[in-house]
Amino acid sequence: MAWSFFGGIRPKEHKEYTCDFPIRDFPEPDILVVPLFQHIGVPCQPLVKKGDLVTVGQKIGDGDGLCVPVHAPVSGKVRAVEMRAHTCGANRMSVVIENDHQKTLCGTVVPRTREEVEALSPQELIGLIRQAGIVGMGGAAFPTYAKLSSGLGKVDTLIINACECEPYITADDRLCREMPEDIIAGAKVIMKILGLSKAHIAVESNKPQAIRALNAFLSREDGLQVDVLPAKYPQGAEKQLIQAVTGRQVPSGGLPAAVGCAVFNAATCKAICDGVYRGLPLIGRVVTVSGDIVMAPKNLMVPIGTSFNDLLEAVGHGEDPYKVLSGGPMMGIAQYDLSVPVVKGTNAVTILGHGNDLGADHPQCIRCGKCIRACPMKLMPVLMYQALRSGDVERMRRSHMMDCIECGCCAYTCPGCLPLVLGFRSGKHKIREAAAAAKSR
Amino acid sequence: MGAQMKYYYELTISCSPHVHAPVTTRTIMGDVLIALVPALAASVYHFGLRALVVTLFSMAACVLFEWGWCRLMKKPDHTHDRSALVTGMLLAFVCPPTIPYWVLIVGDFFAIVIVKMLFGGIGRNVVNPALAGRAFLMSWPVAMSTWVLPGWDNAPGLFDTTDAVTAATPLAAMHQGLLPEASVLELFLGRTGGCVGETCALALLLGFLYLLIRKVISPRIPLAYIGTVALLALLFPQGNDPVRWMAAQVLSGGLLLGAIFMATDYVTSPVTALGQIVYGIGCGVLTIMIRYFGGYNEGVSYAILVMNCCVVLLDRLGHPTRFGAPGKEGKSV
Repeated sequence: MAWSFFGGIRPKEHKEYTCDFPIRDFPEPDILVVPLFQHIGVPCQPLVKKGDLVTVGQKIGDGDGLCVPVHAPVSGKVRAVEMRAHTCGANRMSVVIENDHQKTLCGTVVPRTREEVEALSPQELIGLIRQAGIVGMGGAAFPTYAKLSSGLGKVDTLIINACECEPYITADDRLCREMPEDIIAGAKVIMKILGLSKAHIAVESNKPQAIRALNAFLSREDGLQVDVLPAKYPQGAEKQLIQAVTGRQVPSGGLPAAVGCAVFNAATCKAICDGVYRGLPLIGRVVTVSGDIVMAPKNLMVPIGTSFNDLLEAVGHGEDPYKVLSGGPMMGIAQYDLSVPVVKGTNAVTILGHGNDLGADHPQCIRCGKCIRACPMKLMPVLMYQALRSGDVERMRRSHMMDCIECGCCAYTCPGCLPLVLGFRSGKHKIREAAAAAKSR
Repeated sequence: MGAQMKYYYELTISCSPHVHAPVTTRTIMGDVLIALVPALAASVYHFGLRALVVTLFSMAACVLFEWGWCRLMKKPDHTHDRSALVTGMLLAFVCPPTIPYWVLIVGDFFAIVIVKMLFGGIGRNVVNPALAGRAFLMSWPVAMSTWVLPGWDNAPGLFDTTDAVTAATPLAAMHQGLLPEASVLELFLGRTGGCVGETCALALLLGFLYLLIRKVISPRIPLAYIGTVALLALLFPQGNDPVRWMAAQVLSGGLLLGAIFMATDYVTSPVTALGQIVYGIGCGVLTIMIRYFGGYNEGVSYAILVMNCCVVLLDRLGHPTRFGAPGKEGKSV
């Protein structure tokens, strides 16, 4: 066991804002905007049209290829199927539903008994997981069924990711404390699909209550064990987590399956439990609504499609927000339109005040080398930045910019306040463009 | 739609991360200034108020030159990052307490405008501005090598320095192959002639400790540098007491000031651990070579300036093996 990884940072956690408050159901809003594109891959095609009546859990969008269906989170009437603002920054085709507050369940939502689930084959389980619309809920939103299918026969180690290393966010922490049995049930479904007898649940050491709650539901026969990892960002990043738990390094440009590992988020396990045992598709999720100017930060069980505006109103804030982020402060996406909805990958809404404005208008590298010691991928951001400034794409490629996981450790530590992640993203884009151009020639 | 368009905030959008460590260039430079305060206090104790006035004068001149240059060239003004204050303080520290103010201004101008700003400002200069300023001031050899005996009763006046009794530095004797008159304790406490900020080893080590505790610098460069000088002095001693010779070599002149505050300048030192060690050793070897065989008594400033020019090569040393590099799969850390 290695238990740690190189580099990393220890930003202020601010988890105490929300970690001791139980998850509360968010009152269902009157209008929900459910995007048909909530995962990595091919967007869904709408299955409903304006004026249709929908019920809770009814499939309202699906598609072919790398795609998972989208379901109605409430019952009511489809007001429109149109382009709406999305947390990714662009407008996406979305189904706008007017809630009738009747909570009428769809006929497809049927619970299954333990025996019924036991009788299912791995392929059938994967099918159920796809039908439940489940994606990676740590933020990446990669279709879970695809990860499972591609891991069949290749994976020897399953890791359930409950690290939650991003500041402010406590959604997975609360899930582990309040619904450990659901997470474990979901993990066991994955173990059954992948044919594994053992699995690790990785939790950072700063969540002792979550660790205790999980351990209380684990027995020796389960084959599951809780691994307590040091609280360090980015402990929850897939490659760093695999290294910390197994000591294996995912090869540059490779996938976890290349070293026999598969990582699933704790919230994803809970969704799998809901989908398989309760027949309930992914129509809601726990969202941490927190931030340094928030009056009453909370963990809320929010229906997919609830607007950020509604969440901001629910928690209140002292001053006007400086930034509203979908996700945490290290990797979250800054929003400019608060009518955007919560989607399957939204683990947090972080509201930051103007105190976070660095005011660094003209950042300068002073060659301190702090970025080198912070980079968990053991890259040399200072040299990558020099390559970027040179504009030489080949030099950028040779600086291994493509290995950057955009965790933000370098930019967080940089005393010169350089926009390193921004630069590396644009550099990676240039490298990809150059590679595509070379291929087409 | 009214319900969804309720709020209008001036939201800022930018790439992640959206939080930052409390350490910025400004706080780092502030820490360096704090670390230099003990040496300044010791200097005032030994050389009188003129040491303080010279230092503040130099700091003010450096900030003024940088601010003026930015105004003149219509460039963004960076003086709030405090790096010009550090340059001004360090340049004063490597000049004699009797230095005429106008000479100091010339040095400040050279350090800030020629060495720093003409190369593109903070982070772009090739050599350490304060040391380059000192090297340039060697064009006025008398002003740069008039040393006074320590003690308040002999302190040079603020305007007239001619009354102060002059003395040779320990390095002058050592350049002749003789052990200095001052005892090791006197050298450690700085009770010798020398530059404003270089004589008191105790105060400089206090500053070193502060920088280490605040994690502003790593001990690699200073230890490699001082260790190399000590080792070479011990291996090739002159006079009849090798250990005292070694102590005199380490404690005399600008070695501690240079090793702790000049050679560790981020901009002009290597970024990798191995590069830093090689750089420190190189500084040490060059310092001893100049002290033993050179025309000058002191070699610290030129040793560091020469090694500054090698940094672009030293940066190629000791790159970490990146995560998941070919052949590293499955290897435990």
